[in-house]
Parts: sequence; structure tokens; C-alpha cells
Amino acid sequence: MTTDADPERWLQVTDGGLYCAPGDFYVDPHRGAERAVITHGHADHARWGNSHVLATEGTLAIMAARYGADAWKTKQTLAYGETVRIGPVAVSFAPAGHVLGSAQAVLEYKGARVVVSGDYKRRADPTCPSFEPVACDVFITEATFGLPVFRHPPDSEEIGKLLRSLETFPERTHLLGAYALGKAQRLLRLLRQAGYDRTIYLHGAMTALCELYEAHGVALGPLEPVSRRDKKSLAGEIVLCPPSALADKWSRSFKDPLSVMASGWMRVRQRARQRNVELPLILSDHADWDELIQTLADVGAPRVWVTHGREEALVHYARREGYDADALSLVGREDEEDD
Amino acid sequence: MAVKAFADLLERLVFTASRNGKLRHLERYFAETPDPDRGWALAALTDGFEKRVATPAVIRGLIEERADPVLFRLSYDYVGDLAETVSLMWPGPDEPARENAPLALSSVVETVQEARKKDVPDLLAGWLDRLDAGGRFALLKLLMGGLRVGVSARLAKTALAGYGQVDLDRIEELWFGLAPPYEDLFAWLDGRAGPPAVDDRLMFRPMMLANPLEETELDGLDPADFAAEWKWDGIRVQLAASEGAAKLFSRTGDEIGGSFPEIVAGADFDAVLDGELLILRDDQVRPFNDLQQRLGRKTVSAKMLRDYPAHLRAYDMLFDGGEDLRALPLDARRARLAAFVARQNKSWLDLSPEVPFERWDELHGHRSDAREAGIEGLMLKRRDSAYLAGRPKGPWFKWKRDPLVADCVLMYAQRGHGKRSSFYSDYTFGVWRGEEIVPVGKAYFGFTDVELRQLDKYVRDHTVERYGPVRAVEFGLVLEVAFDSIHPSTRHKSGLAMRFPRVSRIRWDKPHEEADRIETLEALVEKPAADAAAG
Repeated sequence: MTTDADPERWLQVTDGGLYCAPGDFYVDPHRGAERAVITHGHADHARWGNSHVLATEGTLAIMAARYGADAWKTKQTLAYGETVRIGPVAVSFAPAGHVLGSAQAVLEYKGARVVVSGDYKRRADPTCPSFEPVACDVFITEATFGLPVFRHPPDSEEIGKLLRSLETFPERTHLLGAYALGKAQRLLRLLRQAGYDRTIYLHGAMTALCELYEAHGVALGPLEPVSRRDKKSLAGEIVLCPPSALADKWSRSFKDPLSVMASGWMRVRQRARQRNVELPLILSDHADWDELIQTLADVGAPRVWVTHGREEALVHYARREGYDADALSLVGREDEEDD
Repeated sequence: MAVKAFADLLERLVFTASRNGKLRHLERYFAETPDPDRGWALAALTDGFEKRVATPAVIRGLIEERADPVLFRLSYDYVGDLAETVSLMWPGPDEPARENAPLALSSVVETVQEARKKDVPDLLAGWLDRLDAGGRFALLKLLMGGLRVGVSARLAKTALAGYGQVDLDRIEELWFGLAPPYEDLFAWLDGRAGPPAVDDRLMFRPMMLANPLEETELDGLDPADFAAEWKWDGIRVQLAASEGAAKLFSRTGDEIGGSFPEIVAGADFDAVLDGELLILRDDQVRPFNDLQQRLGRKTVSAKMLRDYPAHLRAYDMLFDGGEDLRALPLDARRARLAAFVARQNKSWLDLSPEVPFERWDELHGHRSDAREAGIEGLMLKRRDSAYLAGRPKGPWFKWKRDPLVADCVLMYAQRGHGKRSSFYSDYTFGVWRGEEIVPVGKAYFGFTDVELRQLDKYVRDHTVERYGPVRAVEFGLVLEVAFDSIHPSTRHKSGLAMRFPRVSRIRWDKPHEEADRIETLEALVEKPAADAAAG
């Protein structure tokens, strides 16, 4: 079927990103675009310099916090479940369960529906609403962890490892490396849910986004900037920092620091070793293999386009299961080392 | 608990670089795990459980029955380790099954010891189905016979001593009389019973060690009180023999007799000897490199035995017959040893001779001449010293010859572990060969904390490439490297390997064009020399 309604005709991969021709807009453009629909606030999806931005309130807040005046010229807020028309294309958002404000972009044109899922995960996240499957003709999925070896264990088990380490090494400062947007706040919530109610100390790169989450009703418990404290005095405490800080000079001012890293990559020992971490936690905001294939079944789209990550394995699996599957090579996505 | 607890322990040990951290994890495991599981875990860590049940072929067969071959291949390519790939992608719920009785390590070990070979795949699959990814990995590594978690038998025993608040020497003394799952040992450590009764005839006795000599110390010492010996460049061993059986122990009490069958088989006497294990061919002590060909081998070919014949050069005697000599003075023990060696008249056993001297300055001369193969320097021992475990200060000194030095160019740096994990503290350095620089060694100590900061800054400022935790640096910095000796090596591109290299000075002043050339180092390679002890 190659009619005008065929998504291959109206949704194209271009140098600037995924482009919807009849609506003349991009989804998560790689460089500043005239009109952009943004799925979520991570920097490789939400870039600066777009003129007109359509996103959820949460995503817009994150972009404003990151880019200030460069975030956009004009913006438009769209809540989950609401629809706007951009030219002849109907656009709506459904929750993606990835980070605060994250959404799948649902595009409808001439009776055909495409879901651009952005980044997503399926397990419950106390900082954002859960992914909702939307029936569609074409489902565009990420494949960051698109190999059957990637299966994230239950969150509670990983948090348990950290709490156990604090018991075993009460004299060491636990430096917890995590991506500053999303992962950090989810870890804080998970620690609180597990009953950890002590003050958690924040690296400077963490504070703004934690405040933003709090302002959006995500209670993170007692937090304090680490810069206010004598770093030697933090034996047995948790200090939350970006992953890069673990290897940075910054970390050496702590007394006998114990490096902890929360990332889906920690599942593979060699990856964990390369990061030189002492306590790897397998915790990701991306779907693991089981979630990816469950999602294909839940969404039930006959056509699947696979992007950024290990496309080959997921495309192979989807074809074997009878989907019409292809890899969609989007340039500009980072190898999300820290997820 | 159970296999899961053991798997958690292994995972912590793998990622924990510091010795104290490892000890803490081990002690906690011993405290929280019931018998007999903790005993089997101890056996696995100390290499007491050696049965290799699962082969790569068996494991590959199991996964091929259960996974899409393309997905398996892609996964294996990515992960790079068979046991890990299979443990990660094994189908089934990733959470451990919520069972009333989780799979016990003891039931795995006891079952495989009884199992017939053809039943192994089904048993294995049944267990893998009951475990989570970490448990599967531990099970596969255990049954494939390659745990490799960076824990020596000695470290595991140190943790036991800490756990039971007993002396490590007591555990070492008992160790070789014990067998897995060590319930009698744990009963004692828990304070529920007295120390286990063991047959002590072939036990490792903790060794007496020497302190390095500061030359200024000589002024206060009377040469007449001391005996001097060569310090041999082999490995320190203890040979315990009784009633037709014998064991050979390393300095840390690990049994290494399997790699040196000619010694163990030839020890048909009743004694405990302390000495240096060397490779001796045609009355010549071979370079340490030759000894390395034999170390750690599980099986030794006839060619190995012929090309690298092992030799014990004895310098002390702990037991003669059933008699404990350790409380006697050194001179008396030596006399007993000399008589014993003469009586035995074995080709692979001789006496390390005394180096006669009357004044300290004579020894100075001997020591600086001692750059022949097989000699690292001198040992000074008080003639009246009893044989004491550990490293008592005063009776024994080691007086190493001056190290060799070379000016080398910093090539790569790697981040360290633990306290050094934010520092580029492990340095690979090289020398000129023609127009290129080839690596000759790696060092991670010898510098002060202040110098470490300077080196770290240098590395960060001069990085030209990154490979994981390793950075390649722009050639420009010269390190003066001290090393004990240098040997041919097929593992390094330069064809040379240094022994015990350390950074002795940072030559901020020296242009890297003026670093040493490979020819200079090649000239330092030791040739086997006439046996200094002969005659």
C-alpha cells in the first residue's frame, strides 16, 4: 500500500530528524527546527533553538530550566489525552513512563496512526505516570537495551543492595552516580519508599532538577547540597552525583568513597568494570528486553520501526513474530552511556 | 540465602578492590549463612571444590535448545563471556522463583558429586530455572571451575580468623587437616566447640619473614652475632613430608606441590624444610623467568620437567622426624639441616651455604657483586634466633642489591581502584626502538601522594585517546623506573618484561627523546651464570 495515507509517505527520516511533511513539523529534531514536537526533556531529544515547541507541561518546565531563553520562541502545552491539529495532522500525547513529562507522540493523518514512543519503560516509576499502549498502524520503538541479556531486576532488589552496603560499610561515603534528569529523582523516591529517611546530599548538578520535581509534586524527602558540608564528615551517607563525577577529582575529597552507579548497562560485568564502580546497580529508565517485546504485543501495531540502540536483535525478533519490522536510523542519538 | 547469597557474595567480591572491603563481605557472609552452605562456599573460594562438572559445550547445548540462535549470537558478541551471556538471557522469570526452600549451595555440590555425567545437563537446566541471573552466573562459574573473584585462600582464611576472633596462624595450622564443608571449623569459630582435631603431619607452618635492612642499622649490630646467606631469586617454599607423603607450600600456605611433582614424589623422608624453590639446570640457577614457566601449572609435561627441573635450596629446618626444632637457635637448626641434607643425598635438594664474613664492609662488596642470575642480595640472620611465625623485628634482615633503573616514556595510564579510583595511577611506560616507543612495563607505586596528583593532572591534560578506563597520553614525560631484573617475554611487544618495576623518580626535566633505548635494556637481561652455591 503506497497511498498518501501510508506513513512512509508522510513521516520521513531526514538530516534534521523525524519529519512530518503534511504538518511541517519534526518530532525530537536533532537541531533547532521551526516547529518541534518534543517527547521528553533529555538533551538528545529536547534540544535548544527550536522556534515553536509543543510538549507536555513537565517537559516544557525541564526545557526552560535547562535552556532558559534559548528553549523556544513560542511554546504550546499539551496534556496527556488532549489533541491538537497541526495542519491536517492530529497530534496527541500518551504517557511514556520514562521521566517526568515524558510522552509518546501520537500522530494521525488520513486515517493512519503512528506512535512515536520516544524513550519509555514499562515498570512503575514513582515520579511519572505509567506507559499507556496506544493502538496504531506503525509503532516506533527505541531499542537501547534491545538484546535478551538486558533484563532489569526488580527496583527493590537493587535499592536493597545499596542499603545493605551502607550497613556493611558505615564509615564510607556512598557516592551514587545517576543521570541528573529522571534517574536521580526516581532513586530518591525508591530510597524513601524503602524507608531510608536520612538526608541525602546532592552534587551541584543535581539540585535544579530535584527542585523542579518537587515543584511538580514528587516529594523527595530531606535533601541538602553537599557543597555546604565538610566532605570528610559524610561517613555512611549517600551523595547523589552525575556519573561523570565518580571518576572526577571531585570524588576524592570524600573519605574512603564507595562508588555506586545506577544504570541498565551495569547488567553486563565488563561495562560495570569499565566504569570502575564498586557497587553497580541495574536500574534504568529504558525498557529492558522483556518490556520491549511485551510492548510490541500490547500495542499490536502491524508495522514496527526500531530506532537508537541495538536495532538488529529487536528487528530480528519482531520479524520472526510476524511484524513488518525495520530499523529506522536516526542520527544524533547519543549512546546513552549513563542510562 | 543459599545459592543466591553465594552469588551476591561473589558479585561484591568481584567489584571490591580493597582487601579490607573483601574481608568485610566475607565475614558478613560467614556470619549470616548457615552450615553447610558457608562451608561449601569456603571450599569454592579456597579451591577445595575442584570438580569441573559443566563444560562450555554442555552450556552452549542448553542455551541453543532454549534461545533463538541469532539472538544468542548477537548477545554473546556483545557480552563476550559464555557463562555470563547464558546467565543473563536464560529464559524464565528474572525474579527468583518464590519457593519455600530456595536452592541450597550444599544440595548443588552434594548432588553433582554423586551425579553421572549424562545427567549433568538436565540437573543444570533444572537449577538454572530456579535461579535469578546472578545465581545462574555463580552456579555456572562454580561448576565450570573458574570463579576468579580475586580472593586468595589466604584472604578467605583471614576473614575466618576475623569472623571467629581467632589467630590466623591457628587456622593455618589446622587448615590442611580439615575438609569441606568445614562444620567442625565453624563450630569452633562460633564458640560452640573446641578447635577441631586434625592430623598435623602435613600441615603448613606459618613462616618466619625478614625485614628490609636500612644500612644505617648495621652500625649498631655485631657481625659475630649474624650469619649471612645469599638471597635467592626463586620463591620461598615449605616442604612438609611424612610417611611417604609430602606437600609443598608457598609463602602464604597455598599448596603448590601439583606444579612440582618431582619434589613431592622425591620427598620420602619425615621432615619440614624451609627453602627457596629454583630452577637448576647443569648446576646453574636459571633466571626467575624459567621458574615462572612452572608456577601455577596443573599438569606438568615430561618436557617441562626436563627443560625446567625444580630444585629446593634449603636454609632452615622446622621439624626433623617428629621433633619440633623451631625453638632452637638458628645455628643448631642449620647443623641439623646440613646433616640431614648430606644424609639424604638427593639431586634436587641442597643446602644454601653461609657467606663467610668478618666485617660488614666485606658484605657490601658481596652484595654489589651479586648481580648474577639467581641472587637478589643477601640475608642476615641472628645466629641465636628461634623460628618465629610472622615478621618479628630484629632477628632476620633482607638486604637486596640496588635496583636497576631505566628512563622510560609514559605511554598509557589507567585509573586505580578504591581510594585511587579517581586517579590515573597505573602507568604503562616504554622505551625507544628505532623511531617508535614500545612498552616495557607497568608500575603503580613508588611515587608519593603529591606526585600522584601531579601525574594524574599530567595524564588528564595530555590525553590523546581513551579506551574505557585507560588513557593514551601524548609522549613527553619521562619516568625513571627502578626494577629488580629484566627478562625476555613473549607477552610484550618489546620482548622484555621487568620484574617488580616501580617509579623511582619523575623526570619532569628530561626530554622524552633522551629516554633509554631498547638495546640498553636488552643488555641488562640476565644470562644464566655459574651456580654461586656450587662447591
